[in-house]
Amino acid sequence: MFEQILVQTVNGLVNGMVLALVASGLTLIFGIMDVVNFAHGDLVMLGGFTGAVTVAHTGNFWLGLLVASLALAVFGALLQITTLRPLIGRDPLTTIIATFGISLVLQKYALWQFGPTAQNIPQPIPGRFELFYLQYPWYRLGAAVMAGAIIGALYLFLKYGKYGIWIRATTQDRVMASAMGIPVPLVHTGVFAIGSAMAAASGVLFAPLAAVTQTMGFDFTLRAFIVVVVGGMGNLGGSILAALFISLLEAYASLVVSPSQAVIVSFVALILTLLFRPTGLFVPTPK
Amino acid sequence: MASPTNRRFWIVFLAVAAALALVPLGLPEFWRKFLTEILIWGLLAMSSDILIGYTGMVSFGHSAFFGLGLYGAATALLVLRSPNLWAAMFVGLTAAAMIAIFVAYFSTRLRDIYFAITTLVFSQIFYVVIFTWTDLTGGENGLYFSQPPFTIPGLWSVRFSTVSLHWFILAVVAISYLLLRRITQSPFGMVLQSIRENEPRTRAIGYHVERYKIVAVMLSGLFAGLAGVLYAIQHRFAAPDFVFFTVSGEVVIFNVMGGMGTLVGPLVGAAFFLLLREGLSRFWTEYYLIPLGIAFTAMVIFMPQGLLGFWKRRLNQ
Repeated sequence: MFEQILVQTVNGLVNGMVLALVASGLTLIFGIMDVVNFAHGDLVMLGGFTGAVTVAHTGNFWLGLLVASLALAVFGALLQITTLRPLIGRDPLTTIIATFGISLVLQKYALWQFGPTAQNIPQPIPGRFELFYLQYPWYRLGAAVMAGAIIGALYLFLKYGKYGIWIRATTQDRVMASAMGIPVPLVHTGVFAIGSAMAAASGVLFAPLAAVTQTMGFDFTLRAFIVVVVGGMGNLGGSILAALFISLLEAYASLVVSPSQAVIVSFVALILTLLFRPTGLFVPTPK
Repeated sequence: MASPTNRRFWIVFLAVAAALALVPLGLPEFWRKFLTEILIWGLLAMSSDILIGYTGMVSFGHSAFFGLGLYGAATALLVLRSPNLWAAMFVGLTAAAMIAIFVAYFSTRLRDIYFAITTLVFSQIFYVVIFTWTDLTGGENGLYFSQPPFTIPGLWSVRFSTVSLHWFILAVVAISYLLLRRITQSPFGMVLQSIRENEPRTRAIGYHVERYKIVAVMLSGLFAGLAGVLYAIQHRFAAPDFVFFTVSGEVVIFNVMGGMGTLVGPLVGAAFFLLLREGLSRFWTEYYLIPLGIAFTAMVIFMPQGLLGFWKRRLNQ
């Protein structure tokens, strides 16, 4: 039993890091633009498919990761310009509804383009190590490390990069940033592109753990929503902690009940958070 | 009472109701059923308009209320020794109302996107419960049952034909519409609309905003449950798909397409969506959502009022 708990801890941390990558893209987009992106999970799914197709043609996982991220960044930028830019300044609820429409389109587009069968990417890091009674694949740890590295790179970029400072300035005060000569509409497009690229990267990292299917988007959107709300909307560090917290909760719960019922635990965690700490669990108490 | 606008409303209402009652007589079987289905989805859309259009709370979880009405009616028809229409309706409505109280209590403390996300999460909880509780709900296979006859207890009992079922459902939907319209025009409905326009001010005037919101969610859930019961009676089966998020999403689409805050708008939106789906899926099969989703997103951007939004003032008179 003790060993099982430890194995589930490792599983939870690995899933948590991939989820954190998805959620940090979502929270970045919300923080800057007040856009709740309902299509975020579908961007993960499209990234996974793009990666799977690239890997199938070239046999190189890293190339797949790169191509998927770049392709989805361009796609995200186009999406932002065509559908979200006209909505700037309207109620955030309108953006949920608009991105919900996009998510319907993307899901059926994937079905049309990639077919209903699940697609798999072979694990790029071979080998397993012994973890109690299991042969645990190295790749799972590798995926967690890579997700962490991407989030770390984003953090450094936001903290020290010139454009990162533009982004933070836009978050703080859109009008003031624009008065200082920052091209705010371009920052919005750029941030959406970065968020989409991160979603795509997590799709490719996730693909070898489980297959990519065209319906996986909604599940990712829902879980990323939960994580972002539990961590505090627009708060990057909080989202990462919340992703680990939620994934660990689900991992432990699936020791007791079936995995499909374990989801309820994270739902309940969300509702309790909203009731008692609506600003998020992992943020300092507002003064 | 009989002001000119009032009289005009009743004339138009009776004319539309009469038209809807007579049209199926001239339609082939498939389109008769289709028209009945439009009415049921239209009732679901109208029920959510109380929240989305009048109170300004976008619910992404109406499938929970619809599904509970559906499963409540299904269970009553399967379990009761002498299944009948009214018992099914009673059980379905009770189930939906209980769930609505539960959801309302928690979700109304939150606003805007948080309300939307909470309702979405609640509906997924009920989906998971219904999907995995196979003993009671049949799990993925759903429940099949036979259609109850139309009865007036102790007097009369007759099997539904396609046309008489349509009339029955039309009557229920028309009465629901009148009730919902009455609710939105009552002082209670006015408070809901003032919450939509300016919540802090409504609170400052002295209204207990949370209580009004709770009642709004309950009413909305009750009528959504009624739509679920009607669906059970027409289709004679219940499946977990109806509790899944897709249904909630479609309800939001109905509202946006038809025009929020008009009651008639969402019904028209439902008709528009279902006709569009029927037409498009003949060419594109399951890919109909690609053109439809693009049209929907374009409507959100360029036509936020929906099809009937320009008539909003007259429809609410």
